[in-house]
Amino acid sequence: MTLNMGPQHPSTHGVLRLELKTDGEIVADAIPHIGYLHRCFEKLVENVEYPGVVPFTDRMDYCAAMNMELGYVLTVEKLMGIHVNNRVRCLRIIMAELDRISSHLIAAGTYGNDIGSFTPFMWCFRDRETILDFFEETCGARLLYNYNWIGGLMFDVKPGFEKRLIEFIDYFEPQVDNLNKLLSDNFIFIRRTANVGIISPELAKSYGVTGPNLRGSGIKFDVRKDEPYLGYEDFDFEVPVGLGEYGPVGSCWDRYMVRIREVKESCKIIRQAVARLTPGDVHESIPKRVKPPAGEVYMRTECPRGELGYYIVSDGSTKPYRVKVKSPCFTVMSAFREASRGTMIADIIAILGSIDIVLGEIDR
Amino acid sequence: MQSIAQLLQLIPKYDTLPEIWRLLIPILVSCLLFFALMALAVLFLVWLERKISAHIQDRLGPMYVGGWHGWAQTLADALKLLLKEDIVPDATDKLLFKMAPFIVFLGAFAAYVVIPFGVSSIVTDLNIGILYVVALGSLSVVGIIMAGWASNNKYSLYGGMRAAAQIISYEIPAAVAIMTVIIPVGSLSMVDIVNAQSGGIQNWFIFRNPFTFLAFFIYFIASLAEVNRTPFDIPEAESELVAGFHTEYSGMRFAFFFLAEYANMLLVTCVATTLFLGGWTSVLPGGSQLIPGPILFFLKAFAIIFVQMWLRWSVPRLRVDQLMYLSWKVLLPISFALVLGVGWLAVR
Repeated sequence: MTLNMGPQHPSTHGVLRLELKTDGEIVADAIPHIGYLHRCFEKLVENVEYPGVVPFTDRMDYCAAMNMELGYVLTVEKLMGIHVNNRVRCLRIIMAELDRISSHLIAAGTYGNDIGSFTPFMWCFRDRETILDFFEETCGARLLYNYNWIGGLMFDVKPGFEKRLIEFIDYFEPQVDNLNKLLSDNFIFIRRTANVGIISPELAKSYGVTGPNLRGSGIKFDVRKDEPYLGYEDFDFEVPVGLGEYGPVGSCWDRYMVRIREVKESCKIIRQAVARLTPGDVHESIPKRVKPPAGEVYMRTECPRGELGYYIVSDGSTKPYRVKVKSPCFTVMSAFREASRGTMIADIIAILGSIDIVLGEIDR
Repeated sequence: MQSIAQLLQLIPKYDTLPEIWRLLIPILVSCLLFFALMALAVLFLVWLERKISAHIQDRLGPMYVGGWHGWAQTLADALKLLLKEDIVPDATDKLLFKMAPFIVFLGAFAAYVVIPFGVSSIVTDLNIGILYVVALGSLSVVGIIMAGWASNNKYSLYGGMRAAAQIISYEIPAAVAIMTVIIPVGSLSMVDIVNAQSGGIQNWFIFRNPFTFLAFFIYFIASLAEVNRTPFDIPEAESELVAGFHTEYSGMRFAFFFLAEYANMLLVTCVATTLFLGGWTSVLPGGSQLIPGPILFFLKAFAIIFVQMWLRWSVPRLRVDQLMYLSWKVLLPISFALVLGVGWLAVR
């Protein structure tokens, strides 16, 4: 039987359509059809000046917009040779890591929902709200920020931000353990995820899977560690990998758990970044006119869903000649089909939730 | 029903009515009474579930409708569902589609006639009472398959088939667990089962011997699966099957499924209360009844319902094969062993 799952389905995480070839509950093949959220990002931005591209990048991965725009502005800054001061760097790291936490909270919460437990979702969203409040008081937006500007930031943070942020982190870290008690270590949850959707290290490498999905397969690779930007090399944090406690390495549980552990590492980074925050002007290096020299540049950053690459070709005008995005969710979508062959319908949802895709970024 | 018939005697010229009416009126009155009671209980349960889930999830739940903690929220929702358009999709099997909710509801509703809420608060004490409850439990699965098939929707079909497999599998351990109570009592009548447990908490079957103690938990788990509650809610697993067998239903027909779900939930707790928690009988040794029987009965039933809701909002859902494994390879052998144990105690 052919079962058409999506594009309007509660747990395809957006407008993904899966064509399932089923035999009873067994799924022989799951063919993903993408493109329902295609908004011509790459063509559109060829007609927009460099600073105007930032809001469009927000709309790619709307769950982690801070990291999307960070990747773009860093790429343009690399092309133009702009160096920002320490305050901008630290604030960018704080915001990117807060965004990573909020994105992983969505991933963990909705994953609980996919497996059939509704409470983790509400618990995660409760804490995410606080993070969004921080963003709102800083730049006025809760989801699509346009906060990182080429050469600086939109606004400096409000007075007392650091103190309240540390208070939040102090409160938040034990909440991660609570979530583990409720969901991660639950017997049924482990039974549902630990032997399901194995992406072996070889498979992950051959499909170019990145980010938490790659680390879930046991490969220790993180752009922040291996190709540092923004001064991540000075920060002390671990790169968690899937250990396969309850089954083969690369299972859904491993990928999920990597995210939970990353949240804790992000808390560590935020504490260090707050300690290093020095006074400075966040508008200091913003150029009057963004007109990069002709040339091309590629840069990759670690966004919550994996390695985000921007390839920008400039012809010396105020508008980019070409912007190509290497999207982490798009690559993992191909590995999804491999991992889901021969599983059951319930497993399809478990695998799809564990690779944590955002369709806005796949389709662009 | 005897007491209702006596009450009706108070109506002037009741005895002059034809014989057939004197037989039918008590039945109709008691049916209406139970329908009203059940609808009220279900409205309360829906509100309770919302509140419990809200507090587990760090929310408040309904707070506005009706004033005090949103007590009228479910009433408002029920009214809204009544007023909604009755949508029957084009490609459905119309007759089956329309019938299915009522059959599911009938199974839940009809079983209540043998539940003894108090010493005289029982519609009819059938001598095969518990067998009747088990048999009517299977009626709802017919309605669910009908709904799944008639909807002409693949998700509904999956939901219906899952429900059939699940409910049939879990009825066996549930029925075998019920056997552990029937063997010592020696009767299928619900009143006899309650009377056998009178005289305080130590006489309840849950605390009488280790076999019936375990049987209570087996019945509880199996009954969770029978009424499609988490962690066994796979027939309507919303993250997989959208809404399972009632995907295509809306308005009042959906409300009937909803009503039946909660009525079934209440039913299995009522059965568990009757069989294992002593029904209306008192907690105190010696059996002095401080609280009226029906109130005590509902207190016990709601304690079990609270556990059901607590489970629903804290554990994930099992997968189909794991569900079957649990039923056939774990619960069923244990329940058979328990029956053997109880039998050994009875003939010892």
